Amino acid sequence: MIDTIVRENAYFDSVTLMLISREMKKLDGVEEVLVGMGTDLNLDLVKMLEMFLPELEKVTPNDLFIAAKFDESRVNMDELIASFDEQINKKKESHAGDYQPPTLRSAIEYLPGANFVVLSVPGQYAADEAENALREGLNVMMFSDNVSIEDELKLKRMAVDKGLLMMGPDCGTAIINGVPLCFANVVKRGKIGVVGASGTGTQEVTVLIDQLGEGLSQVIGTGGRDLREEIGGLMMIQGIEALLADPETHVILLISKPPAPSVEKKIYDLVADSPKPVVIDFIGGNAESVLRAGAVPCVSLEDAAKKAVALLRKQTPVDFDGFDASEQEIAHVVDDAAGRLAPEQKYLRALFTGGTLADEAIKYLGEHYPIYSNIPLTPDRALAKLEGLAGHLCLDLGEDEFTRGRPHPMIDPMTRTEFFESHIDETTAVILVDVVLGYGSHEDPAGAVADSVIKIREKLASMGRDIVAVASVTGTDKDPQDLKQSIEDLEQAGVIVMPSNAQAVRLVDRIMKTAGL
Amino acid sequence: MSVNELFKEDLKIINIGLESFYTELKAQDIPSIHVQWKPFAGGNRKMASLLGKLKSSK
Repeated sequence: MIDTIVRENAYFDSVTLMLISREMKKLDGVEEVLVGMGTDLNLDLVKMLEMFLPELEKVTPNDLFIAAKFDESRVNMDELIASFDEQINKKKESHAGDYQPPTLRSAIEYLPGANFVVLSVPGQYAADEAENALREGLNVMMFSDNVSIEDELKLKRMAVDKGLLMMGPDCGTAIINGVPLCFANVVKRGKIGVVGASGTGTQEVTVLIDQLGEGLSQVIGTGGRDLREEIGGLMMIQGIEALLADPETHVILLISKPPAPSVEKKIYDLVADSPKPVVIDFIGGNAESVLRAGAVPCVSLEDAAKKAVALLRKQTPVDFDGFDASEQEIAHVVDDAAGRLAPEQKYLRALFTGGTLADEAIKYLGEHYPIYSNIPLTPDRALAKLEGLAGHLCLDLGEDEFTRGRPHPMIDPMTRTEFFESHIDETTAVILVDVVLGYGSHEDPAGAVADSVIKIREKLASMGRDIVAVASVTGTDKDPQDLKQSIEDLEQAGVIVMPSNAQAVRLVDRIMKTAGL
Repeated sequence: MSVNELFKEDLKIINIGLESFYTELKAQDIPSIHVQWKPFAGGNRKMASLLGKLKSSK
């Protein structure tokens, strides 16, 4: 049966509710359940799931609803409500005693000296809240997306006028004064400063700098649209100027997709006068123009980290497009992997949770193989439909089409787990995944991948086949997840764990070539 | 205030939105506070817009 309840004026954030929905879905007899605030998006989802009842006609974004489809001989609505209450109370208990003021103004009174706002309310409300924060002289990191470009421009102009940070909208990663914010890793403090327009790209670079033994002074995020013509790189320029003036920063590293030409020129003009070395990874951009600006171009995120470290150590930066392991070791791994595949196993399945990591993979592998994707290299490789797809596939599972009504796959690995079940079969040759650790991420993303790989290998073993799985782990030994255990769990499951996304991608390329895919 | 002045201070953070970000800041002992946020004007866009106009005309 289908049932629903509404609780007026009970607000909870979307991630909390999506994670609770997922837990409730595990109850015996539950076919589908959606707990959400009464937003248009959520109500559309309820309709799509065919659970819309008249009680939902008048709900507002301030009202909570639970809509469920279940077998009433096994479970009833009261039990579902009890399950919801139990989980929400558990969450409330973890902050029992913390005063939570209702407005920004009262928060400022309660936390004297507050200097920073992390903002992640739904997009349509985010610009107003950010404006209030900037007016109060607070720096802003805006994780929210779906904010208009006009609002972004207005907010960033206001921030620049006031000498404040306005990171975002859609800014997922920053490390300010050593504090990891939203999705970021715990890295050593040091002398390399980063301004990044891409979240997981910034995570990968900062993690690799930490692993190479150096640290970060500041890591400033800009949001993905900052380098577009309309915004003019306001926050990237503000960030570069701050790092130039910062005595702790000795080397500057910039990460972004290629900027609009007018923005690129502004950045190169600024960089050309820099007394500090500047490394630029405009992913897939033109290396010549970077060189002309007196900066150092890169071939990958990993290469960017290595070059920044080399410059800090007064060494000459050289392109790194190989492997940490010896050629002999790599050849052995490649031959062994390719030798495990049956002739019917033809396809790559690259399932990414990190957007920039997916982008790096498709830009490299897409040059050599026809790869279908939701972020395709050429329009003819765009995904028309996923069902029954015969061909190589590389997905950015963090894109909107996969996160409707569910948490981002870095928070909840379930989306990728489902893809393992639905899109990896006896025709799959190679699996390529990223595992992103750090604050913001799931408590054990490696464990989820390991479980999926074990299951698929067991299934294929019954057909006398095996599969090749390659991963990289973006994490440090100081992250809340256990890096060493994560790598061990993956290797125990038979996954080849590479030291970086770039090396994982190159290894997959070698295996595919050797296997004749 | 300039960005470089912020670099010399300890972060004191107001979190508005996803509570999990606050939980993680607290776990790191970062001075922080979580706002019990609700959509402005109960999510009623027309009312929110009217109130917004009132506020900006003050």
